[in-house]
Amino acid sequence: MKSVEISLITAFLGGALGFLIAYAALSPGAPRLLRPAFLTFSGVAANFGGVPLAFAFISTLGTVGLATRALDSMGLNPYDHGFTLFGFWGLVVTYLYFQIPLMIIIIAPAIDGLKAEWREAASNLGATSTQYWRYVGVPVLLPSILGSMVLLFGGSFAAYATAYALTSGHIPLVPLKIGELIGGNVLSDPHQAYALAFGMVIVIAVAMAIYFVLERRASRWRRTVQ
Amino acid sequence: MTRSGWFWIAVGVIYFFVPLAATAEFSLKDGDSYSFAAYREIFDDPAFRDTFFLSLKLAVATIVVALLLFIPTVYWVHLRLPQFRPLVQFLCALPFVVPPIVLIVGLLYVYNYQWVPAKYLGSPYYLVPGYVVLGFPFMFFALDNAFRAIDVHTLTEASQSLGAGWIRTLWRVILPNVLTGALAGAFLTFALVMGEFTMASLALFNTFPTYINYIGQTKANPAAALTIISFGITWLALLGILLVGRRPGRAAVQVGGAR
Repeated sequence: MKSVEISLITAFLGGALGFLIAYAALSPGAPRLLRPAFLTFSGVAANFGGVPLAFAFISTLGTVGLATRALDSMGLNPYDHGFTLFGFWGLVVTYLYFQIPLMIIIIAPAIDGLKAEWREAASNLGATSTQYWRYVGVPVLLPSILGSMVLLFGGSFAAYATAYALTSGHIPLVPLKIGELIGGNVLSDPHQAYALAFGMVIVIAVAMAIYFVLERRASRWRRTVQ
Repeated sequence: MTRSGWFWIAVGVIYFFVPLAATAEFSLKDGDSYSFAAYREIFDDPAFRDTFFLSLKLAVATIVVALLLFIPTVYWVHLRLPQFRPLVQFLCALPFVVPPIVLIVGLLYVYNYQWVPAKYLGSPYYLVPGYVVLGFPFMFFALDNAFRAIDVHTLTEASQSLGAGWIRTLWRVILPNVLTGALAGAFLTFALVMGEFTMASLALFNTFPTYINYIGQTKANPAAALTIISFGITWLALLGILLVGRRPGRAAVQVGGAR
């Protein structure tokens, strides 16, 4: 089963990219207009999922998709280099479409909590930008970033419709397997489906326990700030 | 702003818009030229109308049930049982983390019991309780935000000292004050039901999302057109929230959707 693998990868990539984009668009130095625009578009993209998302990516990166044709005309057809939208990495790219905006929404409060004074204090004490991030920014934000990544993990672990429409079951994912077991005509075995479903609940419970630990660490800074 | 900042913003913008542009292009493609043929084909398809209106009806039913359930619950929690708020909050956040596929497995199991009337099992409204549960987080957090912004105790006392009963207090005093939250929750629930595929497909009902999937496996260009339509629905719901949520301090919960 590739569920855990794909969820870990998309949570990490989505978390990292989402944080970088969110920091660029929401930090105090960014133009004011970017903030509402990014939060609104993120809200739409995070809510846009399921079957239509799969079709959007087929139109983009499918064998005759717009991006595929554009890359092909540059001599970089991804399908010549082992990429296929209907495989593992195709699913990763598609999931990132809702993972990145989800990250932007979840991490926004933490970025808002990053006080401009801290940065000023650091540079007054002679810290370089790297030192600021090494000793102030990252330690403060890390629990929030990791906690958000845990939530992203849950989001992609639960995803069913997108994978169903995109890969038609070629990639072994737990939700697709459960779907086969309770809906399938040939493979029907509800008891195995119950067992797998319970397994998913356990994985999610572990993820949530990690989340609560991280959240407690993250809120330590919020309390001192307020 | 730094150059790397602009780079990441560009990455975000490209990632957001390229798939949409590609889908739009694909939906308008008609052989070698462009036309609205794919959209016409969709709108002329009676199955589109049937499934679309079925999903609309389910969305309305889900919203009504969820509001009837949550407005009194959240009101009572805020008024009399504040110590239970963390518990209710936890319960309502659960559907956000428990995968829908697990919920439908549980729901199918419950529906196996004898006491569920057979007539109900054949009706698509079968899905409504599941959708209400899926919508728990949106409804609860939207309403909870709204209730936190008003003074429940004073409003209730004022209303009762003027002689209003509980129903009248809820309907005439509390509801207008939390309307923003109720509408935000309703819009999110609407977007959720209009996109929910997992439950509908496993329970074998033909709703709008399962229709999209069916078209996707048979016709490519109309599927792209449907994707654009579906994206438009998500936009409308989110715009609705933005419009009703203009008042300060009303940051509605915007995360969710059907995956």
